[in-house]
Amino acid sequence: MRIMDSGEGITAYLTGDIDHHTARAMRESIDAAVQKKRPSVLRLDFSGVSFMDSSGIGLIMGRYRLMALYGGMVKAVNIPAELERMMALSGLYGLDIIEKRGETFETAK
Amino acid sequence: MSLCFESRSTNESFARCAVAAFLTQLDPTIGELNDIKTVVSEAVTNCVVHAYKNTIGKIRIHVKVQNSLVTIKIRDTGCGIADIKKAMEPLFTTAPSEERAGLGFAVMQSFTDKVSVRSSVGKGTTVTFQKHLSCRVSNG
Repeated sequence: MRIMDSGEGITAYLTGDIDHHTARAMRESIDAAVQKKRPSVLRLDFSGVSFMDSSGIGLIMGRYRLMALYGGMVKAVNIPAELERMMALSGLYGLDIIEKRGETFETAK
Repeated sequence: MSLCFESRSTNESFARCAVAAFLTQLDPTIGELNDIKTVVSEAVTNCVVHAYKNTIGKIRIHVKVQNSLVTIKIRDTGCGIADIKKAMEPLFTTAPSEERAGLGFAVMQSFTDKVSVRSSVGKGTTVTFQKHLSCRVSNG
C-alpha cells in the first residue's frame, strides 16, 4: 500500500486482499499518516484491491470516524465492479462516502 | 473435501483460497467464486474473532458438491452464540474495537442461497451455506 499527498488531502492506494488479517496493517499505516498530516480529505483508492470481505467496510467506517474527529472527510474511490455489491450492502452509498461508477468526486475545497 | 486448521488470522486467506481452488472443478463464474470466497472469509473471521476470542482453536470446513449445488459447513468448538437472532442482525457486533462492521451474517445471506446457523453456548457453532452455481461444465 502506498500513501501519497494529493494537494489538500492524502490518498491511500490499497492493494491485494482486504480481510480481517490484512486490514489491521492498512489501518495502522493510514491512521499514522492521518495523525501526522491532518488532511481535510482522505481518499481510499480501491483500484488495486483483488478481494474484500466486510473488513473493508469496517476499514472505511473506522477512517470515517477518525476523519470526523478532525473535521475532515473520507472518500472511497475507484471501486472495482466485483466489490460493488459489498459496498452497496454497507449502506455507505447513502452517506456519500463511496464514489459511484462513472462519477468522480470533485476534490474538496 | 475437508479442511482443518488453527484459528489464526493468517488462515483466513488460506481457507477462502482452498475452498475456491476445490470448486474450480465446477468451472464457476468469477462472480460466483468471489461470492464463495467472501462468505468463507466472513465465517472463518467469525471463528477467529468471536468463537476463539483470545485463544487458538480448530476450525473445520467441509465442502460437498451435488451437481450444481455446493454445500459448505464451517464448524468451530468455541464459545458458541447465546442469541443467534441478535448475532445475525445487520450492524450488530460484539467486537467494535476490532472495527468489525457487523455485516458478516448479512453478507453470508446476501451472497448465498441459504444460510443456517446452529450453536450451543460453550460447545461451538456450525454455519452451513448452500449455493447453486451456474455450472457451465456438463458432466457427460
